[in-house]
Amino acid sequence: MTMTISVQENDFDVAAEVAALTRDNNDIGAVATFIGKVRGRDGERPLASMTLEHYPGMTETELHRLADEAKRRFSLSAVRIIHRVGALIPGDNIVLVVACARHRQDAFDGCSFTMDYLKTRAPFWKKEVGVDGSGDWVDARHSDDDAATRWGNDA
Amino acid sequence: MTAMVHQETVSHAVTIRYFAWVREHIGHSEEHVVLPAAVGTIADLITWLSNRGSNYAEAFKHPPAIRAALDRVHVKHDAVIGEAREIGFFPPVTGG
Repeated sequence: MTMTISVQENDFDVAAEVAALTRDNNDIGAVATFIGKVRGRDGERPLASMTLEHYPGMTETELHRLADEAKRRFSLSAVRIIHRVGALIPGDNIVLVVACARHRQDAFDGCSFTMDYLKTRAPFWKKEVGVDGSGDWVDARHSDDDAATRWGNDA
Repeated sequence: MTAMVHQETVSHAVTIRYFAWVREHIGHSEEHVVLPAAVGTIADLITWLSNRGSNYAEAFKHPPAIRAALDRVHVKHDAVIGEAREIGFFPPVTGG
């Protein structure tokens, strides 16, 4: 299985990434993609920007582990994860997950599983900056833990 | 086969890395420290660090909010530091 992980400041091109994954593999019949983006507001609070910090070295290791686990659970031909770091503004892309499989259910599940575990295990932290200049670290959400738990506890 | 159990009492040097608001409270992102032999687990280390100054005490005032990694692998607070070279402290992750 092809598995490629990137942690980068630059934006990504979804079409180019999908084309690269599927170009030399005619067994792929299904491609599921997830793109996470920066929202323009946190509840009622308008946001000016978001800064993403990570733990270099550990991040890449955790993302590889996630992709390995997705491959172990589902029948996947390829997985691509790109996560951006640094300063982002509303509308910017944050994360891309692409899961390729012979059939759609493995592609959907592989993509969903990877995102759920990324949210609870990959060492990234978001700091939101309001239009008034106030900065706040984003709190972890219990709903993310619940989303990861639905896949079982052994990942 | 029998073997003498060697009790590790020699203190050892580690790199501690801090992230997000843990880093902001403490005021730096990384430091090298020699751990006293009495610091055996992550929980021991949190207690020891908390006594180093008000910035540390503030960062670690609610230990359940702190996540830890030993040599870049997630661990719980009862994990034994052992021969690990790098310890990371950070809030629950919020990527994606």
